[in-house]
Amino acid sequence: MTLETLSTELAPKLAVELGLKLDEYEKVVTILGRVPSVTELYMYSLMWSEHCSYKHSRKALRMFPTSGEAVLQGPGENAGVIRVGDGWAVAFKMESHNHPSAIEPYQGAATGVGGIIRDIFTMGARPIASLNSLRFGTLDKPRQRYLFEGAVAGIGGYGNCLGVPTVGGEVYFEEAYEGNCLINAMSIGLMREENLTRAVGSGPGNLVLLIGSTTGRDGIGGASTLASQEFDEKAEDKRPSVQVGDPFEEKLLIEACLELLDESLLVALGDCGAAGLTSSISEMASRGGVGVDIDAAAVPQREDAMKAFEIMVSESQERMVAVVTPEKLEAAMAICDKWGLRSTVIGTITDTERFVVRMGEEVVADMPAATLAHDAPLYDPAMERPAYLDELQAFDPMTLEHPETREALSAMLLDLLASPNICSRHWIWEQYDHQVMVNTVVVPGCDAAVLRVGDTGRGEVSGRGIAVSSDCNGRYCYLDPYAGAQIAFAEAARNVACSGGRAAAITDCLNFGNPEKPEVYWTFHESVRGLSDACTAFGVPVISGNVSFYNESFGSPIYPTPTVGLVGLLDHVEQHCTMAFKRDGDAVVLLGRTRNELGGSEYLKVAHGMVAGRPPKVDLVDERLLDELLVTAIRTGIVRSAHDCSEGGLAVALAECCIAGGRGATIDPPGGLPGVAALFSESQGRVVVTVAADHFDALKTLAATHATPCVKIGMVGGDRLRMGGLADVSLDEMRAAYEPTLERLVHGAETLQSEELGEG
Amino acid sequence: MRFGVVRFPGSNCEQDVVHAVEHLGHDAGYIWHGDTDISGYDAIVLPGGFSYGDYIRCGAVARFSPVMAEVIRFAEAGGPVIGICNGFQILTEAHLLPGALLRNVGLKFICRTVSLRVEESACEWLDLPAGTVVRIPINHNEGNYICDPDTLERLRAGGQIVLRYCEPDGSRTEGGSAPNGALDDIAGICNERGNVFGLMPHPERVVDPVSGGTDGAAFFAAIAKRAVEVAS
Repeated sequence: MTLETLSTELAPKLAVELGLKLDEYEKVVTILGRVPSVTELYMYSLMWSEHCSYKHSRKALRMFPTSGEAVLQGPGENAGVIRVGDGWAVAFKMESHNHPSAIEPYQGAATGVGGIIRDIFTMGARPIASLNSLRFGTLDKPRQRYLFEGAVAGIGGYGNCLGVPTVGGEVYFEEAYEGNCLINAMSIGLMREENLTRAVGSGPGNLVLLIGSTTGRDGIGGASTLASQEFDEKAEDKRPSVQVGDPFEEKLLIEACLELLDESLLVALGDCGAAGLTSSISEMASRGGVGVDIDAAAVPQREDAMKAFEIMVSESQERMVAVVTPEKLEAAMAICDKWGLRSTVIGTITDTERFVVRMGEEVVADMPAATLAHDAPLYDPAMERPAYLDELQAFDPMTLEHPETREALSAMLLDLLASPNICSRHWIWEQYDHQVMVNTVVVPGCDAAVLRVGDTGRGEVSGRGIAVSSDCNGRYCYLDPYAGAQIAFAEAARNVACSGGRAAAITDCLNFGNPEKPEVYWTFHESVRGLSDACTAFGVPVISGNVSFYNESFGSPIYPTPTVGLVGLLDHVEQHCTMAFKRDGDAVVLLGRTRNELGGSEYLKVAHGMVAGRPPKVDLVDERLLDELLVTAIRTGIVRSAHDCSEGGLAVALAECCIAGGRGATIDPPGGLPGVAALFSESQGRVVVTVAADHFDALKTLAATHATPCVKIGMVGGDRLRMGGLADVSLDEMRAAYEPTLERLVHGAETLQSEELGEG
Repeated sequence: MRFGVVRFPGSNCEQDVVHAVEHLGHDAGYIWHGDTDISGYDAIVLPGGFSYGDYIRCGAVARFSPVMAEVIRFAEAGGPVIGICNGFQILTEAHLLPGALLRNVGLKFICRTVSLRVEESACEWLDLPAGTVVRIPINHNEGNYICDPDTLERLRAGGQIVLRYCEPDGSRTEGGSAPNGALDDIAGICNERGNVFGLMPHPERVVDPVSGGTDGAAFFAAIAKRAVEVAS
């Protein structure tokens, strides 16, 4: 029977409808030497979508340093992997699920978590921790509250059920994200080095085994219609493209797949993410240089009369694709059966290097396998520095009127502590199980999460640790994408260093607008360049990542948001540090230098409603020395607490140390600066540490060898934060501002809504 | 002394319980939910998690697992059985303990370390003096204990209330000290005989100083010690 191709009139029209450009369609015709079938066209359109092919970003991403001594697996697999010592390795990756979440926040966020966790256990690692990086519009808008509450519930609902702790993250609320929220999920997995598994299909005659859920019409075209286009007023119509998650099924998949790998029953393992079976199978085939012959009719379906193309591109969740030898098939299926999971042979590996799809006897697609994953056209998009930058960067915050009295500055400090971008995040992380697996050493709320390297499931617990942080201040990136991306890296590294961890590797999630707009692409290119330079300066590789373009709605892009997820290592996990002030009488020391840098600051936004100026300067050499100083000082037990200065500056950092420790402090603030700058300047490369009074000299000596300014600025004690003539606030006032903000904004909003309903 | 920790599909705290038990110097082994032979174990633990995804109702499916008939027989013979979190929910669904656990009053999942007061009770599982206050994490979406007034009276009269949520100083506030809205601040109960104990908090998470602190160690050690005595 011959393959039924589309008509020459219909094919290009359908191609365009599916998101391919006409010249891309022509390339498909050239590759095949004929007009494609409907199944082929769907498969190419998905695999060549921005989401799957990285066609607008791949060339820029080559700037990233990706190798290093510790790297076991760099970019190009389901996740990157680094060694952490004693034969242990961690796999990690961050990924976006922005567009599905903007339509249906609970399921969008939940399946985002599920997808990234599958990428991790696909590598042979047990998922041990999740983080998330979230952006919404401001919470005075009902829609934003709905998105925020729904996304948090979805992340919790999925992760809690799996029994994988959600240990950290970050969230910002900015108008720029109002039409396009960001949901970036990061997962970290732990394995023994020898368990590293790759999704490389091999061995003609081996069988392709589909494990897990049935396949339905959910999520068809998600990668092309949701992830690779801008949003418009029809976005609501795209709800059927959002997948629905089943965390119970995923929990069973984790256990079954790890058991299959432990028993050495698999040749390869891959997960079905974007573009479903098409991407997982074509990537396995192209990595292994083999062909595949798939019978779509064999795929267990949950809906009637599904067409082959629907089966091949469905994004139904909780499915894994494994390659097994015929001899081990029975044993592999028995393990799936034990876990109550469906497993079905849906095809075989061939030596033809072709991806053949049948529907029973009928051949519905026959393509060179590697062309799906590798032959998408790569673009060099046009770039242009955005016109808005000159005006914004030229703005000098000192031309504004600023509070000067102690009363006014104290009130401003409390306003900043209550700002949704600074306030306590406990309302969020108390909805997440952050302790299951009993490896969480530092719980959320500090600079970085610290985890013990251990797998209680296997009865193996080590003394080593990892520290993890995810960071990105989109405002800085908006004002200067090159510097902003470097600050995102520097802050993540500083957070990890404040916990005692040495930066080892990063993953990233690069969220931008439409790359076909030269001004947007310029911000992307600058961010990648900035991040690459930061990584190079620190000798820290990028081992995995994700690009999310088309984050726009109604024509306006989000702030450039290159989120960095950084993993650091601790040789001895008990040698970690937290930000809480620990003991009265300890000296408070500021490492680093305070400059008058209020451009892009939270103060400027809260006090003046402005996002303007130049972001703070970042010196990567100084940053690296500071981090090395911190790690040494924490390891040798010189410092009792450490907390970096970020949004809200020194005053907010000190207040957070006070609140966490339940103690006040008396501080002599930096001189030679206007009060607002001394308190709220967001100068980079600064950390507040405390030391026992007789340890200050040792710290001073250590700081001198790291060329880091080290000044004693005060002492821990009392129940007030006193900053000379600049601020004087009580612990209770700080707590009242800092602790209840998010709950109040969401809960208060509910009251408001019911009042509105009552009136209606 | 050997603890058997039941592993249902969707359990996710079983490895933490085994780790805690072994950390305290006892033996532990996993029991697959499909097993029907639990001989060789001196005490049975139903761990936390989301058995069968907690679909339908928490614990509603797990109670029909083949192993549960054996667990019920073991309990009726006086064997020590403890259910933690989802395990507590399963014990109520299996009618080994009275009452039920509803959704938290705030309709949000809560993961937080809370204060708990040990009550004067018939519970064979715990030898801590009444009035002891411990700090142990809770981690659940459905921990809002409820029962009818007669049952509550019986629980009170029979010393079946083992643990109550309280303030850090051991007192209870008028509006209730339970973050989940539980009736009478109930965090843990036992059966009349005292050999079946269900509680929402997770003592297994706080037995190791590196992760979470040691406040639960004494608590879990007291459980383990009593289990040894009851079993022997």
